[in-house]
Amino acid sequence: MRRLNTHRKPPRVGDQPLFRRLLIGIVLVLVALIIVAPLVIIGVEASAKGWAVYRDTIIHPDTRHAIMLTVLAALVAVPVNTAFGIAAAWAITKFDFWGKRFLLVLIEIPFSVSPIVAGVAYLFVYGLQGIFGPTLDAWDIKILFAIPGIILASMFVTAPFVARELIPLMQAQGRDLEEAATSLGASGWRTFFSVTLPNVKWALLYGVILCNARVMGEFGAVSVVSGNIRGQTNTLPLHIELLYHDYQATGAFASASILATIAVLTIIAKVALERQGAGRVRPQAKPAESNS
Amino acid sequence: MKIRLDHVVKTFETFRAVRDVSLEIESGELVALLGPSGSGKTTILRMVAGLEYSDGGHIYFGDQDATDIPVRDRGVGFVFQHYALFPHMTVAQNIAFGMKVSKVKREKAAIDARVTDLLRLVRLEGLGDRFPAQISGGQRQRVALARALAVDPKVLLLDEPFGALDANVRRDLRRWLREIHSELGITTLFVTHDQEEALDLADRVVILKDGQIVQQGTPEEVCRDPQSAFVMKFLGDANVIAAEVRDGKAYASGAAIEVAGLADGKAELYARPADLDWSLQGPGIPASITRVLDRPDGRRVLATAETGEHLEFDVEPERVVKAGDGGFVTLRRAKVFAV
Amino acid sequence: MRRNVLPGLRLSLGVTLFYVGLIVVLPLAALAFKAASLGPADYWRIVSSDRALASYQVTVLSAFGATLFNLFFGLALAWVLTRYSFPGKRLVDAMVDLPFALPTAVAGIALTALFSANGWFGSILEPLGIRVAYTPIGIMIAMCFTSLPFIVRTVQPVLEDLDPALEEAAQSLGGSDWTIFRKVILPLLTPALLAGVSLSFARSLGEFGAIIFIAGNQPMSTEITALLIFIRLEEYDYQAAAAIASVLLITAFVMLGVTNWLQARALRYTARG
Repeated sequence: MRRLNTHRKPPRVGDQPLFRRLLIGIVLVLVALIIVAPLVIIGVEASAKGWAVYRDTIIHPDTRHAIMLTVLAALVAVPVNTAFGIAAAWAITKFDFWGKRFLLVLIEIPFSVSPIVAGVAYLFVYGLQGIFGPTLDAWDIKILFAIPGIILASMFVTAPFVARELIPLMQAQGRDLEEAATSLGASGWRTFFSVTLPNVKWALLYGVILCNARVMGEFGAVSVVSGNIRGQTNTLPLHIELLYHDYQATGAFASASILATIAVLTIIAKVALERQGAGRVRPQAKPAESNS
Repeated sequence: MKIRLDHVVKTFETFRAVRDVSLEIESGELVALLGPSGSGKTTILRMVAGLEYSDGGHIYFGDQDATDIPVRDRGVGFVFQHYALFPHMTVAQNIAFGMKVSKVKREKAAIDARVTDLLRLVRLEGLGDRFPAQISGGQRQRVALARALAVDPKVLLLDEPFGALDANVRRDLRRWLREIHSELGITTLFVTHDQEEALDLADRVVILKDGQIVQQGTPEEVCRDPQSAFVMKFLGDANVIAAEVRDGKAYASGAAIEVAGLADGKAELYARPADLDWSLQGPGIPASITRVLDRPDGRRVLATAETGEHLEFDVEPERVVKAGDGGFVTLRRAKVFAV
Repeated sequence: MRRNVLPGLRLSLGVTLFYVGLIVVLPLAALAFKAASLGPADYWRIVSSDRALASYQVTVLSAFGATLFNLFFGLALAWVLTRYSFPGKRLVDAMVDLPFALPTAVAGIALTALFSANGWFGSILEPLGIRVAYTPIGIMIAMCFTSLPFIVRTVQPVLEDLDPALEEAAQSLGGSDWTIFRKVILPLLTPALLAGVSLSFARSLGEFGAIIFIAGNQPMSTEITALLIFIRLEEYDYQAAAAIASVLLITAFVMLGVTNWLQARALRYTARG
């Protein structure tokens, strides 16, 4: 950080006071209009009809059920994705094997695919027209238009979150620490829990929190596979849509305010974790293998 | 513990890092693996540790074939080049780690006592509660050594142990490592690319090139009797002078030196700066001085021979020489290798 | 067979491959299979129908407009956040992530409320003859919102790592600020900018939740491709849904390839150590 005392230094490019103030001004106005205003209006609209209406919406059984379902989806999808992210990061950073780069691309795919496409894809696996659909139907197992489908679709859209935070960090840390622990006689699990994990915990938590935010907020993929059955398969984002199209704007914004609060908390947690060094490891040139 | 490598081979992808290396390290010996980067020295060390598996050949610890024993059961102490200290553990916790994860259960008090002993041995009393980031590079190096010694290893392996340290810290630690070795008598193998380090520290130096051993012996043997031009050049500065061998003598423009057992023909004569001298009368290599470099322990003279070769040699501080002087470079001793 | 020194390859790779196979590869393969089972003629008829073509047009044009806006705004934002200090900077820096953290449906209803005829912004813009809600401009604004962080977050680290000596060297050679920006700074930022642009564009093409509330969703004019897929599903026309979804999927793969290539290029400048 060398930008502190600009008065005593010759000006850098773009440091002329007029230009600087103008640019800061424009950017702040745009940030206020594009980012801050949507957040503010959620609060304004949610409280437009007073506290009583707000409370009634939140404690309405349908809303409560939607909250429960959203929490349930997060409770399953986040731990599963965390376990997957750790396994993938361990395999990819601690070993060399054929097809590693391809595997990395596969893991990142869900970020590039439209949530709607993801939802449709799941339809063709577990839906009646899908590959397992008829079998599942014969055994009377409901995956689509039911809770398992919602969880599966959430897992798809958030699959890369934890892996993506861990892989660059563990890549940068190399294998020395694990090799040292092993040479001192530690088992694999012992090495992981007492050497690897303590050194990646903030990045892990960072990935978990972002993953959680996305699971709770996922809309497109879930809306395809949920069937939108009120009081049964509605997550909170779907519940918002339902209320909104029912002309219950205040109710929609009240529900939205819950998710907006989670988003703000997520950002606060993110900033706090970034101060611990998480989320800041960028991919860099791999140090040359030492085989001298 | 005696260590024996028997025709060991290692290939990475298509790169043949180690080609058929056989080596014996006697119990209690301190041996240096010396070579330029890419010579396979670190790979050999890591194979002895079990951090790489060989593609062929065997590694014996005493009479036991250790080739397939995984690193965690091999009982070696490994000091990593960049120490690999666990950053989230204190110095004491780092040292205790091996004892805590050991299959042999130990009392906490016993572990603490051993940690205290080791801290004393590596002269870090009172620093047990610091984290690795809070101590100096030289101190980290010593923690890494203490951590490796804590598991009572059969053999101590060090990868470029002083590579990351300042020159003066390096010199101190070298002397100190030698002391520890005499005190514990543990078989020790270390890797370095610094010939001075290898020669100062080791009982025996193994010189490697392109994955093969080119020469091994005591520091005296390798210094006084280098077997190849490579070893000669790798161990220190050397002048290279074109020469011709005839009837047991090597001739290099006016200078001649006895050589035994070399066939007649073209050859190269290698001489250290201290092997040459300056004289105003022949016989010698006619040359003129281009520059004189004054140094605390003598004067280094740069000269150009009439044949165009650049020569460097040292003279005592009192000698009067200056740029532009003409004279003869004489040979005190030299090594001759056929080309 | 090469043996590994560290344990756990079989378990960790096994878990990874199983999960990626079940969660990522299987559904996408099923979708591709479904689309492929249509036959070329039917497939082509569906994906090149007038309504589908109109949806591509509005999606691509809006994504293009949104990305172009974010290119300038994102660069300005990254510049301001790295080069200047002003009160509230850390807050602004944190707020940049809001579009990623805020669920798309929430963003969708919030933007609609702001830009509808009687909303805070709509009530100002509408008398000026600018309609945003239920028009392609609305789609563009929703896309702007959801994809803004991409460009900021790819450019910011490169700008932070930029060696001040480069500028100082250019200044010592007598360059004006504008020249130095164009000839020295911008070329160094270009790979990161392009990587951010491709991420932002790809995200906009697939965006759904934030758009459907503000878009009006009129076939042939304000119906995005993702919505058309959804409508085909509601009509139980699964084959059409599969075909159009496959178009988005192929586009996503192309964008993924482009992004990876651009990011590899961007790394040439930032790679250290």
